[in-house]
This record gives sequence, C-alpha cells and structure tokens, in this order.
Amino acid sequence: MTSPETHWRDALAQGRLLLQRATGSGATFFPPRLIEPGTGETDLEWIEASGLGTVYSVTIINQKPPANPYNVVLVDLDEGPRVMSRVEGPGEVFIGLRVRAQIDRSKEPILLFERA
Amino acid sequence: MGGTFPRARTAIAGLATYGLGEAPGFSSIELAAKAGLTAVADAGLTLRDVDALFICLPDDFFAGLSFAQYLGLSPRFTDNNRTGGSAFMSHVATAAVMLAQGYIDCALIAYGSNQRSAGGKLATPFKSNPWEAPYRSLFPISSYALAAARHFHEFGTTREQLAEVAVAARGWANTNPEAFAKGPLSIEDCLSARMISSPLGVRDCCLVTDGAAAIVMTRADRARDLAKPPVAVLGAAAATWYSAISQADDLTTTAAAESGPRAYEMAGIAPHEVDVVQLYDAFTINPILFLEDLGFCPKGEGGRFVSGGRIGPGGARPVNTDGGGLSCAHPGMNGLLAIVEVARQLRGEAANQLARAEIGLAHGSGGTLSSQATVIFGGAGAL
Repeated sequence: MTSPETHWRDALAQGRLLLQRATGSGATFFPPRLIEPGTGETDLEWIEASGLGTVYSVTIINQKPPANPYNVVLVDLDEGPRVMSRVEGPGEVFIGLRVRAQIDRSKEPILLFERA
Repeated sequence: MGGTFPRARTAIAGLATYGLGEAPGFSSIELAAKAGLTAVADAGLTLRDVDALFICLPDDFFAGLSFAQYLGLSPRFTDNNRTGGSAFMSHVATAAVMLAQGYIDCALIAYGSNQRSAGGKLATPFKSNPWEAPYRSLFPISSYALAAARHFHEFGTTREQLAEVAVAARGWANTNPEAFAKGPLSIEDCLSARMISSPLGVRDCCLVTDGAAAIVMTRADRARDLAKPPVAVLGAAAATWYSAISQADDLTTTAAAESGPRAYEMAGIAPHEVDVVQLYDAFTINPILFLEDLGFCPKGEGGRFVSGGRIGPGGARPVNTDGGGLSCAHPGMNGLLAIVEVARQLRGEAANQLARAEIGLAHGSGGTLSSQATVIFGGAGAL
C-alpha cells in the first residue's frame, strides 16, 4: 500500500487536491492518515476536493523592509477540513472571504488560494 | 468527566526559583539543579529523601536521565513529559497519584533554561509541522495570532483589551523584586509597539529570559511536619486536543474548557472560590481565552473582563500576581513558575501577597494552545 501522505503529495504534484473520506461516517478529514481520526476506521476513500473554501482566520506577518508583509490563513474547505495556507493576489484578506485552491507547481508543489 | 484524584492527600512541601531574568554562564541543567536543591532545602529535606524526578528541559530530550546523573540519584521513577508549558501540571498529577498510592515517597519537579543567555530566542525543539511550515507561519506567535484574530471576529475583542493584559502584568512585576521587565507600560505603549503577526505586536509577547523553578511534593501527612506550610494538591487534570493550530476545531475554545472543569470537580471547588489565579501567558490572548475556558467569565467576554485593570494590582480579579511570562520571567515552558507563585501566595510569602489566598489555580498551556493542564491548590487549612 502507498503511504497516504505520499499519495496526497503525488496528486498535488499533478495539480489535484485530494481529501480522504470515511465511507461509514461520511466524515472528510485532513491531513491524510491511515485511519479515520477518532474512530480508527479504515474504510477510507479519496475524493477530489472542489477547491472552494472560506477564510476562517488570518494573520498578516510583518517583515523587515523592504520585504513585504504576507498573510497566513486557515481555510475551511467546503468539504469540511481546515487547512493552513496563503491567499495570493492583491486586496485585503479577511475572515469570511471565499477562496479557491490554486496549486503552485513552479517549485515544490504547494496548496495556495486565490479569491473565488 | 472523570478520574478519581487523591484530593488533599499530597502537598507541595518545598519550592524555589533561581536565576530569573539573566543567568549568564549557567547551563539549563545547572539552573534546574540549583532550583531543585533549594526547593529540597526549603522543605527541610535532603537530596537523599528524593526518590522520584520529574523534569523537562528545553534542550535535552533525555533530561530525566541527565538530571538523575547530575544530582547523583537513582530515582524509583523518572518522568520526562514533553507537553510543553503544561508539562509541570501533568507532573503534579502524576506525582500526586503515585505519592498517594505509595509508589513513591518524595517527588522533585524541576525546570531550568538559559535561553536568554544562550541566544535570546525561545528555545524549543517544537516546530511547525510539514502541513504548516511551507506557509512561513511564525512559530509559535502566528498560531496565537490566528486564535486572536478569530476571537476578535467572533466576540469583538480588541487590541486595547489585549494591551490590558500586558499592562496588568507589568503592574504586578513593578513590585516584584524577582521580575525582569519593570518600568511604566501604558495601553498606548502596547498599541504603538511594532506589529509582528497581526493582531499581535511586540508587547503582546512574553519575555525570553533565563530561569529555573522547582517544587518538592510529599504525602500531606509528612508535609505537615516539614519546614514550611504545606500547600495541598486538591485536583489536577490535563487535556490534549491537537498539536497544530490548523487542527483546532474552534480557535476560540481551548482544552482548558476540559481540564478546568475536571480539576474543579476533583477539588470540589467552583471558579468563584478561587483566590489566586496563575495562567500561562505566552501571549496576551492566552489569559483571555483561559479566563473564559476556566469559568471566570462567559465565553467571548474575556476581553471585556480584563478591561479597566480588573486583573492588575488593585483589581477585582488578580491574575498572574508575579508579573507572569509577560513581565516577570519566561524561561520557556513556564508552567512551573505559575505553580510556584500560587504556592507562595497560599503560604503567605508572595512578593505581591493577596489579602485572601486560600484556594489557588495554576494553569499551563503547551504546544500552540494544544495541550492544557490545570492544578488546584489549597492552603494549609485545606489539609
């Protein structure tokens, strides 16, 4: 069997955002695991996330000039799980902002977001 | 809820701090050993009486072994719990149950860190996990900033209210000879300080200092006959809900909402009966969250609760009467200093002694709000 984390990262490298779902409970979770957290159930399947989500919290990190400030967000995906990420592009990032996943594969593949 | 606890059957018999602030030239284990030996002497005991060691050092994963070797002891039990700033409250829980059971007879719980002299940054082996690190979240402050931002959003908490926490801590520190950060500090000073990870600025962060603390625990019947007034352990509970901040179900409620009620139940105490409150204040949002989760005010009211100087000197609800991690000392993993201050208050020997100090609560937080542990103590009258 493949390690769930490896499977997820391989998919990300192909531009796909996957999540795990336990078929019995229907619960979707992240990060990837060998079991459903809390129950230990192993009836897991991979689903393709819509990529849509809502900013749950945000902090702006100030750096010494001339480096620009950047944001760190927690995004609640529409499927349920919460992920840490960054919202790219101009404009204020605020709690409640609707965002869409944007996988940057220019270097080590990374899950980012943009305004939806 | 749950668990039985040997209420008032064990006690703190000795305590000490050492090197709070700056202790150049000392290693972490030397600081811990100095505090440990002083605590043993404070109890009127000798090192040979100690048969169990509980320790956690920032820079030594096998600190229990190193400490036993340093002291020249062969302990019957060695505990190296690594739940961060809550570790020492867990140590008290473990030691109390083991002492009451007769498994051990005398526990030494110690901590030391030279993080200020050794580099001036928080010394911790705990880091961001692979799911968070790529986003360059500042560890650990951004985790707390995310919690604060959410608290602001849901409850209208403000930066002025965060500043109240820092100003109250400075007020206590200004009359504590052991405190490291002294001098005037105003709300405006806090608001105009450099922003690091919004909404948290420099004055919302605890200090980075050296320092050590230690306590000695025995069964209560023995503690009554020792050198100092015993401080009874009435209840102790720990709760771990997650590790990484992104895995918190609700950023505005911590596991203190579990550890607190369990500890209260063991102690048979309600929040309004607590005279002395020490809350690990790594950042100014922490006491606000913990005051809510530990039942001192309703959820969401913490910001308004700390306003108007309520938790500072002369306020109706004194909190962190030594000045806390924000202004007294923060050698990292601060839980043991919170316990020592509660014990000093209950013994009547605190620098900022409260008029009424019968029941005390010490609360530790580990990781990034991840692990919470609460201990409730009673003065000699509780035994």
